[in-house]
Amino acid sequence: MANPAIELKGITKAFGHIIANENVDLTVFRGEILAILGENGSGKTTLMNMISGIYYPDEGHIFIDGKEVNISSPKDALDLKIGMIHQHFKLVDVFNATENIVLGLDEGKYDIKASAKKIQETCDRYGFEIDVNKKIYEMSVSEKQTVEIVKALYKGADILILDEPTAVLTPQETQKLFNVLRKMREDGKSIIIITHKLHEVLEISDRVSVLRKGKYIGTINTAEANESILTEMMVGEKISLDIERSEPKDTTDRLIVKGVDLYNKEGVQVLKDISFTAKSGEILGIAGISGSGQRELLESIAGLQKISGGEILYNNPKTNETENLKDKTPMQIRNLGVRLSFVPEDRLGMGLVGNMDIIDNMMLRSYRKGKSVFVERKQPKALAEKIIEDLQVVTPDAKTPVRRLSGGNVQKVLVGREIAASPTVLMAAYPVRGLDINSSYMIYNLLNEQKENGVAVIFVGEDLDVLIELCDRILVVCGGRVTGIVNGREAKKEELGLLMTKGNAKGGKSDE
Amino acid sequence: MSNEKVKEPFMHITKRADISRGKSWLIRIASILVALVFCAVIIVLLTGENPLSVYVTMFKGAVGTTRRIWSLLQNVAMLLCVSLAVTPAFRMKFWNIGAEGQVLIGGLATTACMILLGNKLPTPVLMIVIFVSSIIAGAIWALIPAIFKAIWNTNETLFTLMMNYIAMQIVSYFAYVWSVPKGSGAIGVINPNTQAGWFPSVLNQKYLLNIVIVAVLTVIVYIYLKYSKHGYEIAVVGESENTAKYIGINVKKVIIRTMLVSGALCGIAGVLLVSGTDHTLTKDTAAGRGFTAIIVSWLAKFNPIYMVLTSLLIVFLQKGAVEISSKFELNDSFSDIITGIIIFFIIGSEFFINYKLNFNKKGENK
Repeated sequence: MANPAIELKGITKAFGHIIANENVDLTVFRGEILAILGENGSGKTTLMNMISGIYYPDEGHIFIDGKEVNISSPKDALDLKIGMIHQHFKLVDVFNATENIVLGLDEGKYDIKASAKKIQETCDRYGFEIDVNKKIYEMSVSEKQTVEIVKALYKGADILILDEPTAVLTPQETQKLFNVLRKMREDGKSIIIITHKLHEVLEISDRVSVLRKGKYIGTINTAEANESILTEMMVGEKISLDIERSEPKDTTDRLIVKGVDLYNKEGVQVLKDISFTAKSGEILGIAGISGSGQRELLESIAGLQKISGGEILYNNPKTNETENLKDKTPMQIRNLGVRLSFVPEDRLGMGLVGNMDIIDNMMLRSYRKGKSVFVERKQPKALAEKIIEDLQVVTPDAKTPVRRLSGGNVQKVLVGREIAASPTVLMAAYPVRGLDINSSYMIYNLLNEQKENGVAVIFVGEDLDVLIELCDRILVVCGGRVTGIVNGREAKKEELGLLMTKGNAKGGKSDE
Repeated sequence: MSNEKVKEPFMHITKRADISRGKSWLIRIASILVALVFCAVIIVLLTGENPLSVYVTMFKGAVGTTRRIWSLLQNVAMLLCVSLAVTPAFRMKFWNIGAEGQVLIGGLATTACMILLGNKLPTPVLMIVIFVSSIIAGAIWALIPAIFKAIWNTNETLFTLMMNYIAMQIVSYFAYVWSVPKGSGAIGVINPNTQAGWFPSVLNQKYLLNIVIVAVLTVIVYIYLKYSKHGYEIAVVGESENTAKYIGINVKKVIIRTMLVSGALCGIAGVLLVSGTDHTLTKDTAAGRGFTAIIVSWLAKFNPIYMVLTSLLIVFLQKGAVEISSKFELNDSFSDIITGIIIFFIIGSEFFINYKLNFNKKGENK
């Protein structure tokens, strides 16, 4: 036990002016499962990428079995028996499992049948259930992940790194994965698992190392840890989520979604008979495992997806008329006088233009104003300066391209612009993802302010504690279906967790 | 890996956080100097000539006499005009490499007007007809791939490239139909006696009108891209189609409209080349400018004002290179080698502006 398999000393890595890892130390022993815990953007993946040869550290040393090594390519990592299972699988879709596993290996002559047999043996040893002749594109996410793990083992990995392996799995699949990981531990392998889910850390790991904002905070034995200790390490000072929540006033039905169905480009149904009502003056939360249809739902309302069934009705408070937004483009929706603001999940890829400065990003909503063929930059400039001041955006000036800002400041610019359009409906998808505590609170306060101004706020979140503290009602989606709507003041985390996985148990994505 | 001492890589590459404008220009200028030194080595190795005298010849070849300066400016204007044409599409990340064909089709329309209407219409009317028809012709040639891209998402690079070959063949065909003498396959100088449809000399300079027109176009394109609502939409579509859809821009409309603008500008280039310069048409009239324009536009980061400098640089190199190959009796390809090396270094310098090399100091203590 006492042999460190990997030791990192003083690892630092910067991307431009963003420091992803700063002076990080880490030790992993043989025959243990080490969890790397940290919030989004805390540098977990970057650190692991340096062990697996994707990035090269700016400073610091890596020791394998006590010897200093230099890992400058994934090939070097492989030679040192290090294997990484990335969050986004690196498999060739049109190849089958065996072909993917032997890809890039030099085993002398190419004998796919012999390889398949050897792979099957590896699988049997650890209890993997895969069909070695199945094509990748026919596989479910969990099967693909299994192929990735077998690939790493087959290539002789003794040190396995898994990047957020459970993010895409159902609870049952997660259990299966954990059983396999335990078997590998018994076999003397070192396993590093990256996650930000506390209960998984407590369940599977032997020790936990915590990163916060790129810095190494510390390592503790899991047996001595509990959720509150880990949370404190992860976010810094012990925080009690204490978000103000006023009673909704003068609620009226603002947005009525009725039986919405949506198919994606591949013809898979991603929204199934979704119905709910968003009321003015309240915050409606949407909870669910990521990829349960939240993004598609908001995009459908915003006119970016063509729904195949159902309707989306908007009650205009000015005219008291009801408009059906189905089959309307974002432009047509705006021309109807619908004041819909949308903070999308993909901030720089959809909400903003990364290479444009703050002023030009302000113009996205307003540039059409007026009959002139030329754009008018005075008002957007004033707005940009106001947002920079009001929301304390950290930026050299309003002419800085938004991609140069940090995640939290990018989000302030985006939310600021969307609120400035004085909406009647405000949709925000994961608005605090990757933000520090202070910025997160600023966003919560802005949402609350909008609610008090009579806006119907729709908040898609991932942190259940926040949803419970912030929202008046919480809609839970699972596998594209609504599995429940609960009162935010009475909701329990366990209850939400159950609802979030309900649809999966009933008819998962892949069995249909 | 088993030895005690680990070998560190000699260096590694990191992205630069920020770089001041002055420093980035310093890198660019340094890259040209390095290129000249590198070329000097090549010159000595391959030809044994004195590199300094080669460079002096190059300089003289480009701007040695008044006539050469005018010729240089004329060529800069032509290249700049085509570069202006491709720029709106490039800003939209629509890789239009069909400017060559669009210019040719514009030139074909000009030629048709000059041959068929040349001695029948009064000069002002003729000039208007030439401009309008050539602009329409160039725009149509650009519109076809744009429509296919907008509706069926075809690959615009292949499509516009193929359109070039079609344009060349059409021009070859008409060169045969209108050839003088019949059957020679070459049109020859059109309306040599009446000079109908020719650009007039201004202030005794036959190319001055071309240069003035391109100068005006440069300012217009600059303003269009930077200050108009269309220009703003082009930038948004180019940066992120998702963002464009999110704020309700009709992406298809923008693609088609922008390619019409690109094609129309190519049409004008066609007029300038046929009416304003050559007074004839061959399938080589565009002379590869449709492709060189891509380099000009990229090097200038799609900024029309910078494009004046980049097109000047490239034409200067071309002119100078031709001069050294004739004066030193070197093979024509040799001048292309020199030009290629210099452009390679200039493009390569962008890497050093965006990235920084970190040399490992530890390697030094043994």
